[in-house]
Amino acid sequence: MLKILADYLTYDLLGLNPASRLGGALDFFIYDTVKIFLLLAGIIFLVAVIRSWFPPEKTKQILSHKTRYLGNVVAALLGIVTPFCSCSAVPLFIGFLESGVPLGVTFSFLISSPMVNEVALIMLWGMFGWRIALIYIGTGLIIAVVAGIAIGRLKMERYVQDYVWEMRVGKGEVTTPTWPERLLYAKEYTLGLLKKIWPYVLVGIGIGAFIHGYVPQDFLAKWAGRDNPFAVPLAVALGVPLYSNAAGVIPIVQALTAKGMAMGTVLAFMMAVTALSLPEAVILSNVLKKPLLVTFFGVVTVAITMVGYLFNAIL
Amino acid sequence: MKIEVLGTGCANCKTLYENVKRAVEEKGADVEVAKVEDIPSIMKYGVMSTPALVIDGTVKFSGRVASSAEIKEWL
Repeated sequence: MLKILADYLTYDLLGLNPASRLGGALDFFIYDTVKIFLLLAGIIFLVAVIRSWFPPEKTKQILSHKTRYLGNVVAALLGIVTPFCSCSAVPLFIGFLESGVPLGVTFSFLISSPMVNEVALIMLWGMFGWRIALIYIGTGLIIAVVAGIAIGRLKMERYVQDYVWEMRVGKGEVTTPTWPERLLYAKEYTLGLLKKIWPYVLVGIGIGAFIHGYVPQDFLAKWAGRDNPFAVPLAVALGVPLYSNAAGVIPIVQALTAKGMAMGTVLAFMMAVTALSLPEAVILSNVLKKPLLVTFFGVVTVAITMVGYLFNAIL
Repeated sequence: MKIEVLGTGCANCKTLYENVKRAVEEKGADVEVAKVEDIPSIMKYGVMSTPALVIDGTVKFSGRVASSAEIKEWL
């Protein structure tokens, strides 16, 4: 349906030649833009409604009764549905620890929550298909569980800033929202998020369309193909400064894949974009002393890099 | 009446603060509006996601932004 619309606009209305570079690029741009925005609006709204059942206060209560291992798994899963923004990372971290959630379990949540986020999933689904999106969710959860268990085992509680342990947290009253409130919240959340990311999506799809139309086939195979052992670490390093721009980055990466970038490298890059970010490191340094902060980023970086190599070998 | 906006300084916190100030101005209500940015004070209210709105010491909501129209109804 959308393909017909894009073809009609490009070739019939504008009279461009389907075999021309400009025609191909524009057709791709229109098709992807419409598809991605429909997906984004629909799924963000749905996720926001589901999330209204999982305020962080409730997640905290669930996790405070959980032990290691099982706790890490539950924390990683709850990370998907609990709304999280890196600006709330500090109160969330303190609230978790204060209510008795183990440090390693808290990290499983802190890793999974930004990494397995709905925008990244929609973009991956829309541009790469549901298989890659599922692989992304699965490996993201495994990384969150394993990295959380590893950090828990290292017994690094003393590297949490001292004041965190002395903090007194008040009893947060959680009121259960009504259905109209849930829908209103979801509508506002969806509009707010779309308003924030639409320029990135457009620019990303635009650059992707340009690459599709103008960059020669297999252009990247030599540098970013599966045979180059440096491609994965380089992709991870490049992903860090692109924090939270999954919306703009994925269309570009999709176009690069078509030109020979290997799938494992793509996944590692995406995970670095969402899970590792300098602003988040700065925010977390308010509650973590340096050794723990470095360990956290180190463990996640190693895990993501391994995922990259693994999928380059098997996909 | 006293309204406090809790938040560590993110973009949403600023928006909520502006919305509260606009609501108070438009309604002409006698309300003290304060911004609370330090972590211990935020934690005292048990809030785990910012921004949050506190009216006379009670948390009205957390983790979202309310429009000035919505806030006006509470004044």
